Amino acid sequence: MCTMIAHQVKIMGRGKSGPQWFDVREANVSYDHPYDLPLEHALNIDFVNEALGPGARVAVELSVDAARQLVKTIEAVLAQADQRGVLEDIPVVAVPARTA
Amino acid sequence: MAHAYLTDQYEGMIAETITMRGHNGDVINAYVARPLGAGPFPGMVVIHHAPGWDEWYRECTRKFAHHGFVAISPNLYFRDGHGTPEDVGAKVRAAGGAPDARVLGDLEGANTLLRSLPYVTRKIGVFGTCSGGRQAVLAGSRLKGFDAVVDCWGGRVVMSKEELTPNQPVAPIEYTKDLSAPILGLFGNDDKAPTPEQVNQHEAELKKHGKSYEFHRYDGAGHGFFYYDRGAYRQEQAVDGWKKLFAFTDRTLR
Repeated sequence: MCTMIAHQVKIMGRGKSGPQWFDVREANVSYDHPYDLPLEHALNIDFVNEALGPGARVAVELSVDAARQLVKTIEAVLAQADQRGVLEDIPVVAVPARTA
Repeated sequence: MAHAYLTDQYEGMIAETITMRGHNGDVINAYVARPLGAGPFPGMVVIHHAPGWDEWYRECTRKFAHHGFVAISPNLYFRDGHGTPEDVGAKVRAAGGAPDARVLGDLEGANTLLRSLPYVTRKIGVFGTCSGGRQAVLAGSRLKGFDAVVDCWGGRVVMSKEELTPNQPVAPIEYTKDLSAPILGLFGNDDKAPTPEQVNQHEAELKKHGKSYEFHRYDGAGHGFFYYDRGAYRQEQAVDGWKKLFAFTDRTLR
């Protein structure tokens, strides 16, 4: 991983790894060597829960174009939901906890 | 050459996971492979790449043993938890990589262990690829006790101010004057980290300080051209690179 370009954001949500869902607490976003995508560098997102250990991880590896399209799409979906008045902008602490 | 095996020759090897003392005296694990027999054999510290302590490095460690080295690959991510190499590597990636000071402590521990073994000669090399190449350069400059350094496409030997972080606070090129062993560098001309310009900068610095170095640059190859399990693999360049590597270690460690 020779760029070391990585950011972490605290998030609240659920992720699925194999048959199991788990609480995701952090998203690690990096532009560095991917593990599986056949590119030298990629936009990598790991949805993790550090408290559960390294295996609690949902990973995606995207080309630069795919990553940009994803960002635009997320923004567009949120804007549309906001426009229709259905956006549930709940603070992350208020999301009910679930057990796997 | 020492690794020219003959068909009627006895050959045996032992390879296993062990524990060792690393940075701050911490116990970490490591993979060791060595030829059977009293030796003594030269030692080689094998530094895994940033994506993790994975199967390629197990194979690489055994390859060095096959070629007559006592080879040790310390798990530089031991303190970051356990799981698949990918999952642990992804965790370290998010943390901005392993801290240089901790890595150097672990490499020093591996060197100390090799020196304590009755079947190891006084000659010990350090080999690394990707971030491990960078760390091999650091080890050759910041630690005593290495007699040869092999830097395979180590990115960020040359670093801009913006690239310096608490984990990697100094560019290895800044320590060139302290390099205490001959260095072999293998690079792909299509690599983005390091770029050919950065390789030239490193070479110029080695020349400026009168260091013993041997750099080889390969056309048609990028980053990681030894990795047969990735698209970056370049058969012709990789075969030639290994030949150059063992010729270098024959000269410096035998």
